[in-house]
Amino acid sequence: MRITFVNTLFEMAKKDKRIMLLTGDLGFSVFEQYIKELPKQYLNMGVAEQNMTGVAAGMAMEGKIPFIYSIVPFVTMRNFEQIRNDICYQNLNVKIVGVGAGFSYGPYAHTHHGLEDIGILRTLANLIILCPGDPIEVALATKAMLNHIGPVYLRLGRAGEPNIHKAMPSFKIGKGILIEDGKDITIIGTSTLLQRAWEVVSSLKEKGLSIRLISMHTIKPLDTQIILESARKTPAIFTLEEHSIIGGLGSAVAEVLVENRANVIFKRIGVPDRFSKVIGSQEYMRRANGLSAEQIIETILNFINIS
Amino acid sequence: MEKELKKISKEVRKDIILMSMRAKSAHTGGALSCVEILVALYFRIMKVFPKDSEDPQRDRLIFSKAHDGKALYAVLAQRGFFNKKILDGYELDGGRLPGHSTRHCVPGVEISAGALGHGLSMAAGMAYVGKQDNKKFRVFAVLSDGECDEGSTWEAILFAGHHKLDNLIAIVDYNKLQGFGYTKDILDLEPFSAKFGSFGWEVKEIDGHSFNEIIGILSKLPLKINKPSVIIAHTIKGLGGVPIHINQVSSQYKPPSKEEANGVIKKLKI
Repeated sequence: MRITFVNTLFEMAKKDKRIMLLTGDLGFSVFEQYIKELPKQYLNMGVAEQNMTGVAAGMAMEGKIPFIYSIVPFVTMRNFEQIRNDICYQNLNVKIVGVGAGFSYGPYAHTHHGLEDIGILRTLANLIILCPGDPIEVALATKAMLNHIGPVYLRLGRAGEPNIHKAMPSFKIGKGILIEDGKDITIIGTSTLLQRAWEVVSSLKEKGLSIRLISMHTIKPLDTQIILESARKTPAIFTLEEHSIIGGLGSAVAEVLVENRANVIFKRIGVPDRFSKVIGSQEYMRRANGLSAEQIIETILNFINIS
Repeated sequence: MEKELKKISKEVRKDIILMSMRAKSAHTGGALSCVEILVALYFRIMKVFPKDSEDPQRDRLIFSKAHDGKALYAVLAQRGFFNKKILDGYELDGGRLPGHSTRHCVPGVEISAGALGHGLSMAAGMAYVGKQDNKKFRVFAVLSDGECDEGSTWEAILFAGHHKLDNLIAIVDYNKLQGFGYTKDILDLEPFSAKFGSFGWEVKEIDGHSFNEIIGILSKLPLKINKPSVIIAHTIKGLGGVPIHINQVSSQYKPPSKEEANGVIKKLKI
């Protein structure tokens, strides 16, 4: 995802000289070509994310389009007040890019995990939240965020995520993508767990279930239409995200379902409300938090049976 | 020259006192301590366009100590950016002027601030673009001493020094009183000049109430080529306000009563 983002940004920045890439001292083996060819559109801000965010706001007031870049917690939490006051309150055209969604930096421990970003950022007015689920969506989201005038947060995984889409989907901010239609269960996946959602769907289909799969690449504004349509078409909805169970996609979908009196079985699947005591790879951390494909399938089947 | 500026300052002080009284608002002391700084900037130093406040050629004023917004509002009104009547609604229901100055609430207010330690980063971002794009405008950032406690302020100081932003001028309203006491007792900023100097800034200390000194130094910008400038302006919190609050913590919190306001305004002899 990271490489796709950088390559897409590089192509855009060659054409649009207003684009400025600001990094919080990260980007080894990723930004080198960009730096070499577009030195004036690049700035390493050092390990000073609060200042990076304020400087980006100042640059945006002077007509630039800054993209600020770091690992999820450092570019959304360390500088949260600057995002709130400098960027969102003043409604400036600054793009925030976080790498390492969920457990992408698994072994690095919780300081580096991106598990609360959607929850906190969802409270900020004026901010668009994009959580692309595969490299194809990353490229489309990166272009879309430039075309949107105003603050945008882009949540990225790290490396090696496979493409889920078989063809180029139509991508519009605020519109979920229907990947497969089905009658029994809807699974709404986002960000780094779209791939997992796809695996789960394949297994459930083998068990004879008809599954509707949606990639919810935009958390804000949320596509209420596709959620309510799913509630009409299938008797059960599950959300799937590599984010705290509190405040993320699941919470957002729950708000829509309850306030629209949707008659549907619903469960959020995400990271439980705790700091994991174990360390390990992304996949190990997922398993430790109930997010392996088998665990998710079990959760879904148990929940449906109980219901 | 000074006579005219002193007259304007008296008008500004009167407006600040009246705004505080009407809204029963806090933050009067810090508004009064930066009056001469703002008057000098808007009436002598900065290139401004009161009738076209967004003119790209303007010098930018980043008012980071936004809690003292009423000082900025009063000076902008005096300079003709907007109708002085708007001051009457300061902090009142349905008024246009928030306690903490907010971007474009009236013409001339460049940024929204209020949380401390945000303004200098934004100013540095503007200055960086100005320098990179060979623009002539300068960026003036007015800071409180209290917000120099914030780590983010020092991140910005480090950044501006590193990038040699000589189109950036910070002015610290060093009235030596912060929220709940004297800066030297809470988090001592001294040696203040040496700190800025070691971060690559050119520093001058002045009497922040003397137009001769303010204008004298701000007429020689940048103080040094390839260095950001900082003026540490020694000021007195609450100067020209209600006497019992001058240089006291209470000047941050106690609004003048009607009687006190009348007394102060009478003494101004406008």
